[in-house]
Amino acid sequence: MANKHVNAIVIGAGAGGGVVAKELATAGLSVLLIERGRWHTFDEHGDDELTSQRTFPLKCGYGPDNEHNWRMASDGKGGWIKVFPNDWAYGNNAACVGSGTVSYGAMAWRFQPADFHLKTKYGAVPGSTLDDWPLTYDELEPFYEKAEYELGVSGDPTNDPFVPPRKNPYPMPAFSFNSEGIILEKAAKRLGLHPFPIPMLRNSVPYNGRPACIRMRTCVGFACPVNAKAGTQNTVIPVALKTGNCELRINCMVSEIIVDDKGKARGINYFDADNKLQEQTSDLVVVSASASETARLLLNSKSSLFPKGAGNNNGWVGRNIQDHAYTGAYGLFADKVYDDVGPGACIAVNDFNHRMPDIIGGGVLCNEFIRMPYQFSSIRPSGSRMWGKDHKDFQKLNFKRHIAVHGPVQEMPVFDKMVEVDPVVKDFWGIPVVRISGFRHDNDIKVGRLLADKAEEWLKEAGAVQTWKSVPGKGSTPSQHQSGTCRMGNDPKTSVTNRYGQLHEIDNIFVADGSLHVNNGGYNPALTILALGYWVGGHIAEMWKGTHMK
Amino acid sequence: MINQSFSRREFVRLVTGGTAAVLISFNTACKNKISRWRYLQEEEIGLLDAIVEQIIPTDDFPGGKWANVSNYIDKQLDTYYINHQVEYRDGLAAFEKTVIQLKSKKFEELPFPEQTAILEKMEGGDFPGEYWKAHSPAGFFDMIRQHSMQGFYGSPVHGGNREYISYHMLGLDYPNVIGQNRYNDLSWRKYNPNSVENGK
Repeated sequence: MANKHVNAIVIGAGAGGGVVAKELATAGLSVLLIERGRWHTFDEHGDDELTSQRTFPLKCGYGPDNEHNWRMASDGKGGWIKVFPNDWAYGNNAACVGSGTVSYGAMAWRFQPADFHLKTKYGAVPGSTLDDWPLTYDELEPFYEKAEYELGVSGDPTNDPFVPPRKNPYPMPAFSFNSEGIILEKAAKRLGLHPFPIPMLRNSVPYNGRPACIRMRTCVGFACPVNAKAGTQNTVIPVALKTGNCELRINCMVSEIIVDDKGKARGINYFDADNKLQEQTSDLVVVSASASETARLLLNSKSSLFPKGAGNNNGWVGRNIQDHAYTGAYGLFADKVYDDVGPGACIAVNDFNHRMPDIIGGGVLCNEFIRMPYQFSSIRPSGSRMWGKDHKDFQKLNFKRHIAVHGPVQEMPVFDKMVEVDPVVKDFWGIPVVRISGFRHDNDIKVGRLLADKAEEWLKEAGAVQTWKSVPGKGSTPSQHQSGTCRMGNDPKTSVTNRYGQLHEIDNIFVADGSLHVNNGGYNPALTILALGYWVGGHIAEMWKGTHMK
Repeated sequence: MINQSFSRREFVRLVTGGTAAVLISFNTACKNKISRWRYLQEEEIGLLDAIVEQIIPTDDFPGGKWANVSNYIDKQLDTYYINHQVEYRDGLAAFEKTVIQLKSKKFEELPFPEQTAILEKMEGGDFPGEYWKAHSPAGFFDMIRQHSMQGFYGSPVHGGNREYISYHMLGLDYPNVIGQNRYNDLSWRKYNPNSVENGK
């Protein structure tokens, strides 16, 4: 039996797709939201660290699974090796209803206004495709606000002189600092820095029918047991479904966007929950499958006018993949600094984001989420014994006496750091798999080292008796912060979509996820992906009113 | 299931799904008379116990052996780590032979400090390689080391960390009873940007 034609197919029920589905469904379009994963709950996973989305030696609890999904990764010697979702070289992002917004740490950052015009600010950077966004911070500001109010953000920018300009306050008050935060706040002030509470997509008070946070130790990497953490799965997706205009189809893997000989998308092919190939037609298609999987799907959607994949005649789909060059330091303290008040991360400084002389970019510095016992077993100064009595002593002595300060260094986009589809290897369904290659720009390493110094300085001022740094290397596999593979831009020669996420080459295919980012900011990207969801979704709804995309 | 010809992939899926895992344990048990274990043999467990006890030794808290780390590893070899089975079988055998060649005794029978010295050499790559096939002694040791950390510090649902012993050792409430583990009101204090604590 043929599937009923819909106005819009939205592929991927994560941050971008969840929001777009809601925007379109409430505007009256018939929407199919299609997701390769399924619903997850805290009860299914509990507080099991070994299958969380943070440390996943056994499996990625929130998907993707190892039985259907694999990729090829560079072996560093010119060859390729097969990797599975719970290998670090795979670069996983959760595959479920809500995707990363189920299991993330929920930091709710707006990018800095400067992030939208980096090339203007810093000039061209050799070896990088750095460019300005085709939209400004001011244009995106109302959409940031919409994300903050519809999903729910707790924050207070009073003490942050570098906060991106906002028209209205956060909808909920900020979280208090845990004991790490209190210690770090005093030290930061002594150093002349400007500490403030991290804005969080997490309820500090009851909001939108969901309760306040109970401050679990297991937050990042886990679902929330009380739904205090906002994801698309407990906010906008239920709203979309309630309209009656949106169907959510889970456990369905999209293999291809069907593009006809006139260069229009006519729908998709996908494998349903029983692994049976199905066709679904639509008036338009929105791809929100994450930077790597969105690029993969476009590259796998070959047609007579687009033999290199949908929207890829200029060869830019899959290029410029970015993540964050995480950097920072650990400090050991003489006294206990741990109070078991989750999620741990609570305090930040913006002083090193675009504010270091002669330095391009930068990043926010925050205290880390709680390091769980297994994760902590690998956190040691270099040269430490990794087993035996010394290792166990360290674990006992320092679990409650250490603080980590880390930050996401903004990566310079590199054209040859990219997602391709493998010419040979196929996944469980026979769909060509992702392969990722390329190296970070030298600037990322330089800034990473500098920021690690700042983190170490902060910890020393806070009274750390021993400190050590962790700095980024050249190799990386973009995972939960992946972005940049379908860059938006005004010039069709050097970008994949226009400023509204619409493919330059195929006007009824849109992208709405981190793929659009021209750069990835010095912050966790979730709120920006959500804001772009509102931006793209709102624009599609407007266009629909006029032409019905015919 | 109607289709009887499983592909290997489906087989693995089933195994990781748990149904066939029981079947395999049963088969293994039948072939080798009575075994408490799913994949490893009794003698292998004896050796593995001695190794995991070195990796996480007993002090004022129990070590890897008491915490059932070997059980954790055995359980994973039957499920998530099915692709490590051969590595364990060959690696443990090669390790045992090498130690006997060096010390004329089984590893388990050596004094604790001598065992430590052997593993230190193995970790550092300074270890006779003649009995080893596809895997290096150092790589084998690192695999057991990592799996031991998982078994000792991870959730007991996977067969290790008996009685949440590592959580007890670290002073963490266990199990983490949702919403019930808050003994002071620190976490409920409101953030006040103008408070003394917040620097003004």
